Amino acid sequence: MTRSAPGPSRNLPQYGALAAVLLANWLLFPDFFSIRLQDGRLFGSLIDVLNRGAPVALLAIGMTMVIATRGVDLSVGAVMAISGAVAATLTQAGWGLLPVLAASLGAGLLCGLWNGLLVAVLRIQPIIATLILMVAGRGIAQLVTEGQIVTFTSPGLAFIGSGSFLTVPMPVVITAVLLGVTALLVRMTALGLMIEAVGVNRLSSAGAGVNTPVVLIAVYVWCGLCAAVAGLVVAADIRGADANNAGLWLELDAILAVVVGGTSLLGGRFGLLLSVVGALILQAMNTGILLSGFKPEFNLIVKAGVLMVVLLLQSPTLTLFLPRPAGPRPAQPPVRPPTPPRAKPESPSPSAGA
Amino acid sequence: MTDPTPTASSPLLAVRGLSKAFLGVQALDGVDFTVRHGEIHALLGENGAGKSTLIKTLTGVYQRDAGTVTLEGRTIAPRGVEEAQRLHIGTVYQEVNLLPNLSVAENLFLGRQPMRFGMRFGLVDRGAMRRRARAVLIPYGLTLDVTAPLGRFSVATQQIVAIARAVDMSAKVLILDEPTASLDAQEVAVLFKVMRTLRSRGIGIVFVTHFLDQVYALCDRITVLRNGRLVGERRTAELPRLDLVAMMLGRELEAAAHRIAPPVDDAEEDARPPLVRFRGYGKARSVEPFDLAIRPGEVVGLAGLLGSGRTETARLVFGMDRADRGEAAVDGQAVRLRGPRDAIRLGFGFCPEDRKKEGIVGALSVRENIILALQARQGWLRPIPRRRQEEIADRFIRLLDIRTPHAEQPIQLLSGGNQQKALLARWLATEPRLLILDEPTRGIDVGAHAEIIRLIERLCADGMALLVVSSELEEIVAYSRRVVVLRDRRHVAELRGGEVAVDRIVAAIASESVPVEPRP
Repeated sequence: MTRSAPGPSRNLPQYGALAAVLLANWLLFPDFFSIRLQDGRLFGSLIDVLNRGAPVALLAIGMTMVIATRGVDLSVGAVMAISGAVAATLTQAGWGLLPVLAASLGAGLLCGLWNGLLVAVLRIQPIIATLILMVAGRGIAQLVTEGQIVTFTSPGLAFIGSGSFLTVPMPVVITAVLLGVTALLVRMTALGLMIEAVGVNRLSSAGAGVNTPVVLIAVYVWCGLCAAVAGLVVAADIRGADANNAGLWLELDAILAVVVGGTSLLGGRFGLLLSVVGALILQAMNTGILLSGFKPEFNLIVKAGVLMVVLLLQSPTLTLFLPRPAGPRPAQPPVRPPTPPRAKPESPSPSAGA
Repeated sequence: MTDPTPTASSPLLAVRGLSKAFLGVQALDGVDFTVRHGEIHALLGENGAGKSTLIKTLTGVYQRDAGTVTLEGRTIAPRGVEEAQRLHIGTVYQEVNLLPNLSVAENLFLGRQPMRFGMRFGLVDRGAMRRRARAVLIPYGLTLDVTAPLGRFSVATQQIVAIARAVDMSAKVLILDEPTASLDAQEVAVLFKVMRTLRSRGIGIVFVTHFLDQVYALCDRITVLRNGRLVGERRTAELPRLDLVAMMLGRELEAAAHRIAPPVDDAEEDARPPLVRFRGYGKARSVEPFDLAIRPGEVVGLAGLLGSGRTETARLVFGMDRADRGEAAVDGQAVRLRGPRDAIRLGFGFCPEDRKKEGIVGALSVRENIILALQARQGWLRPIPRRRQEEIADRFIRLLDIRTPHAEQPIQLLSGGNQQKALLARWLATEPRLLILDEPTRGIDVGAHAEIIRLIERLCADGMALLVVSSELEEIVAYSRRVVVLRDRRHVAELRGGEVAVDRIVAAIASESVPVEPRP
């Protein structure tokens, strides 16, 4: 699935960062890795990271493919609000679970279609095209909920947010399933190749016969669907829809997760699993900072610092300054040497924490 | 080099021994160039001749390595466009370098607005600016709303405003870089009138163009550059077109080109049904309507100077640009080419001139680049299995001798020739019936060059139809059964059989604009 990653060395920054953050959490909070089974559901800080990280991970799955086409989708947070508002409002109106899910996901698909048409057919720059729905989407969600915070008690819908399947919390299961389905969809078909081709060079791809508008629309539609799923998970978790705050600023976390995962904003190669790892790094940091009892004022600073390190480790410019492995520097850009001769002080390598 | 005929008046602008190199590549090598008062001087040359380097050195974009530039006897060395402008050298580019969102008046006086209350920190005197703008434009026959944004007017009007600005800033030398490239005939006429008026006022105009008819209609003298060197300066009246084209292309016209395409019975050939046939096919402002038929196992060459409509023809045939007139047929069936996907479905393939921008998908591997068109045609739901992809890639890497460490190498790391071969492989993998090649050998080393020509001949022998654009006339003559010659966006001649020879092509390019009826 992660064809961007021929060897493990290339993904070292991501997996290393995740390991380092988890280890740091463990140092601050010795019970961090303890997992217990209670009422047929797993509990523990690690499970919490997975569970709380699910919405951003879901967004990151769709966002990865949009970014791979050299685009970006700023509207995912607003789409979450719309899908949550639709689900809560219809549930309260007495609809059954399946129609509610269909309507909610359908709303996400429509939002994605709108973005896709603006980008692919009207050729509006993605950042501007999706900004429209980012702004308008919250308004639409507020119209759906009529400005209220709509709550519901339907156990069926709530199960999506707080239930569990084979002891694993539902948000984690849903994320894993969506990741698997998406990976199958892009890697078992030729869609992945076309997405990467369009992202690297839209003109050349069109000249080779790639149906670039359809590819672009497809990724935005899928991104809308992922956002709708994330919106459902959040609404189901809190058993209500808050049109003003659901998914607020999460589009930025999702973009960050994708970038931390190593997919370039310039398009091309993408790794779905790595984006999910990126989302988990973000969540592990959030959880760690909460557990550590740092003053909340420090939270954002610490987060920014760790992210900078992860991104710097991927930067081709920085790799130039790192001690080189023997032999001429490879012409390929950001391949990091598997074992740097000297550990850099800021490197979050696992050994530093042990 | 050819000494310019001595004139009574001293030259306005004299360039002597100008040299400029970029990273060791000599873009200009000891070039002399003279512009006199009140003349329109054509600066001509093919790709890489050094025209734009010369202009940019004159306007201060580049600094010269050696040589002198004197304007009315005074040595100048501008360090920027603004300084050049102050030294009385004004430039107008094809893509007008003004600000479309500002008004006509603002564009005319940008950076030198009439001020109230002091020049440095005063306020712009808008009333005075408007009045002066109207006055400035009157000699050009332009009466328009000078407060309207410039972008609202046609390119021709914008160009005249740009000229007016340059002249009003006391330009003595006015450089027009392909001003007519995006104008229609009527707009060209207006522009020419302006240029003639300026000439009569003693301004020296340097005119860069690809349209030979315009050169002969307007210019007093011609300077031809080739490969960074001066070929010669001539009076237009004393230079037959044929000699001009020969100067630009650098060919010995007597030398009959060696021809390797097998002689064929033309009558018998023409009886064969064509694979594709275009009738009255064309696109406004791109290429005039043309007729074209290509038969299986036949190479048709498209020859002409840069900007003559060769590439435009190739792009229309592949559907990269959409024709707005005429009809196309494949196997006698009418077809519509709304885009490359239509063309590919019909069995066409196209290797574009700009490989990097429109051909390769740089960051993807050689394998992915080779199978891309085949995969796109099959659709995303029918992926080519990885094993099969590797087989295809390896086969073509062997067959075309693509030099790459392995099929997974990003294609952007390959040399130009190997990129071109990979692009050819992309199309060959789709087993095309018609392959369109736009400058297939440009920027390619000698070895790969010969291989690609051999490949063209082999494909043709296998029954494929080929349409090849090339600036290399020997090359075109070597493999083409027929050659379509273009000039000024028009198909002006079709040579076949024994007529296919370099001197005939050059003669057709140089011919007066009497439209030659294309034969069916």
